[in-house]
Amino acid sequence: MLLEVRDLHVEFRTRDGIAKAVNGVSYGVDAGRTLAVLGESGSGKSVTAQTVMGILDVPPGRITGGEVLFEGRDLLKLKEEERRTVRGAEMAMIFQDALSSLNPVLTVGDQLAEMFTVHRGMSRRDARARAVELMDRVRIPGARERVKQYPHQFSGGMRQRIMIAMAMALEPKLIIADEPTTALDVTVQAQVMDLLADLQREYDMGLILITHDLGVVADVADEIAVMYAGRIVETAPVHEIYKAPAHPYTRGLLDSIPRLDQKGRELYAIKGLPPSLTAIPPGCAFHPRCPLARDVCRTDEPPLYQVGDTRGSACHFWRECLHD
Amino acid sequence: MTEPILEVSGLVKHYPLTRGVLFKKQVGAVKAVDGVDFHLDAGETLGIVGESGCGKSTVAKMLVGLEQPTAGRIRYRGEDITRLSGKALKAVRRNIQMVFQDPYTSLNPRMTVGDIIGEAYEIHPEAAPKGDRRRRVRDLLDVVGLNPEYINRYPHQFSGGQRQRIGIARGLALRPEIIVADEPVSALDVSVQAQVINLMGRLQEEFHLSYVFIAHDLSIVRHISDRVGVMYLGRIVETGRDAEIYDHPTHPYTQALLSAVPVPDPEAREHRERIILAGDVPSPTNIPSGCRFRTRCFKARERCALEVPLLAVPAEFRGTRGPAAHDSACHFAEEIRVVPPETGREHGNGPG
Ligand SMILES: Nc1ncnc2c1ncn2[C@@H]1O[C@H](COP(=O)(O)OP(=O)(O)OP(=O)(O)O)[C@@H](O)[C@H]1O
Ligand SMILES: Nc1ncnc2c1ncn2[C@@H]1O[C@H](COP(=O)(O)OP(=O)(O)O)[C@@H](O)[C@H]1O
Ligand code: SF4
Ligand code: SF4
Ligand SMILES: [Mg+2]
Ligand SMILES: [Mg+2]
Repeated sequence: MLLEVRDLHVEFRTRDGIAKAVNGVSYGVDAGRTLAVLGESGSGKSVTAQTVMGILDVPPGRITGGEVLFEGRDLLKLKEEERRTVRGAEMAMIFQDALSSLNPVLTVGDQLAEMFTVHRGMSRRDARARAVELMDRVRIPGARERVKQYPHQFSGGMRQRIMIAMAMALEPKLIIADEPTTALDVTVQAQVMDLLADLQREYDMGLILITHDLGVVADVADEIAVMYAGRIVETAPVHEIYKAPAHPYTRGLLDSIPRLDQKGRELYAIKGLPPSLTAIPPGCAFHPRCPLARDVCRTDEPPLYQVGDTRGSACHFWRECLHD
Repeated sequence: MTEPILEVSGLVKHYPLTRGVLFKKQVGAVKAVDGVDFHLDAGETLGIVGESGCGKSTVAKMLVGLEQPTAGRIRYRGEDITRLSGKALKAVRRNIQMVFQDPYTSLNPRMTVGDIIGEAYEIHPEAAPKGDRRRRVRDLLDVVGLNPEYINRYPHQFSGGQRQRIGIARGLALRPEIIVADEPVSALDVSVQAQVINLMGRLQEEFHLSYVFIAHDLSIVRHISDRVGVMYLGRIVETGRDAEIYDHPTHPYTQALLSAVPVPDPEAREHRERIILAGDVPSPTNIPSGCRFRTRCFKARERCALEVPLLAVPAEFRGTRGPAAHDSACHFAEEIRVVPPETGREHGNGPG
């Protein structure tokens, strides 16, 4: 496995107490495959990704357990300078908000070229040529002229493609894309996802795609991990989960989205709200909202039960959910 | 046919672009809305979809009087409200209320929920006698599914979905006939989105409301709308009943838009054709000649640069009575089905 996260725990010190943002997350992705991490806001998707990348804010954040194995090496045990060479060269990240992750006072050409001068020791001239190539590669028309422009002179979709170019620059083995198209319109989203999928195929990269959009997941993922309150509640190959979810939360999410092919009757709505991370309910964290909850759910935390050969569900009653 | 409750024709909003500090000189205009026509029947929902910047919010603001149109008419029950002023205008305004997108910024953080919802009664004192207002506000909280005991709390003490309910309660305070909802669920998580959409559906029945529902999420718009208008760069380019637009679109932009929506069904991946549009939306200060969509259209020809296509039933469908016979502003309109009938599991009712 290219990347394997094992039993990761991360917490934050906050005014209201300790917020348990990540509570035993395990997931993995192979080269050339796409893992989608799905969950509502605050479920811990980004914190997990930041920990993998080594860019978590510490403090207030604190990693209290677990391993991040990249090609077998535990990244959490590396020194910061070793970490820095892994970052960018071996794995790179794409963020939702391209404008704030690009440097506003440098031209995009300079920012792209810097990747090559700093990490590869190239001359400025060669680096500059590579920058133009990269912009071409991510389908920015007129790359030769536009390398001299600043981030704010590009549209949202183009900025996101420039972010992709930055991430791709050193041909990393793994890309983590955190809601890369959430701020974009559907037609632009389609352009960007199309590009990302092409590049992934070409370079045989592993991709972790973080999103809350069940449609995007269905389009591009091989595997899914569904997060709730800092835990993985269900993992499965993409085709299986949409056919028959094995966790009540996944099932609720699938049933609560309006569909493009039919006009609606009343939507199913998961009742209540996600818990505060400073006071996660005991037992199964989903129990106050779960229509299948019973006494055992209020006391015993469900492990990730093995469901068939390829799936997992953190629900005591996954059989009932699956076959109902 | 009964008269529509709202009828909009030739609606335009141009924001002047000026240069110079002392002597402002107009050098152009942002054509945010550039000739929009539609009607809204009593009790129905008209959905308006389109990409960012196409003018949806500007239309909404003109409907509720937050912006003054540059040109055009907005008729409420036959009367042009852009020409009213004073008392007469105020009386009409009561009947058209707005719900905003952002539940975080649209509520004053220093006011209690009771004051936020009751504020409308200060502006329109005739709507409720003073002694009765607290009770009305409590009722409204109850109607939108919030505990009436929360009346003295502040907005930050509520979640996003709860704040959106407060926004809806505020919109309902004056018992309007029309609610203009601008992206009312876009900022919400999936599970909470469903709660708010269902609430809006129930309120529509209970209070016989007519909705103008603006969103960029095409699935939500289909779910809630009876008719749909698709906007591009300040104009409606196609409009019709929900099935006409979603299952029988004839305008290339609508087709591209629909084909780009990811559907929650991995089986659809293989047999789905994507129309990937080239380039970006042009600036509203510099609208292309002829058909405004032509710079991105995969079907554009010479005629498209020369002649503005009108929003009408295209000639080739005029004789037919089929679902393709609806308004579409394209010289070369043709029907293409782009939304796959979903093959995944049936839409369920959740677990249990
Ligand atoms: N006060 C203003 N002055 C100048 N231009 C404006 C003003 N308000 C809006 N615009 C411009 O008018 C166009 C339409 O804006 P509008 O807010 O109506 O778009 P929208 O369809 O609601 O977009 P979104 O989906 O992003 O909310 C945009 O190009 C916008 O920048
Ligand atoms: N720097 C931080 N300080 C305090 N709390 C944080 C910080 N970053 C994230 N959190 C908290 O961790 C939880 C998980 O956040 P996140 O991983 O960003 O969620 P997601 O990406 O799934 O929306 C949230 O409750 C969030 O408020
Ligand atoms: S363990 Fe119990 S509460 Fe949790 S999801 Fe399963 S049935 Fe629901
Ligand atoms: S009129 Fe021409 S450019 Fe416009 S949508 Fe039709 S084919 Fe495309
Ligand atoms: Mg996040
Ligand atoms: Mg808007």
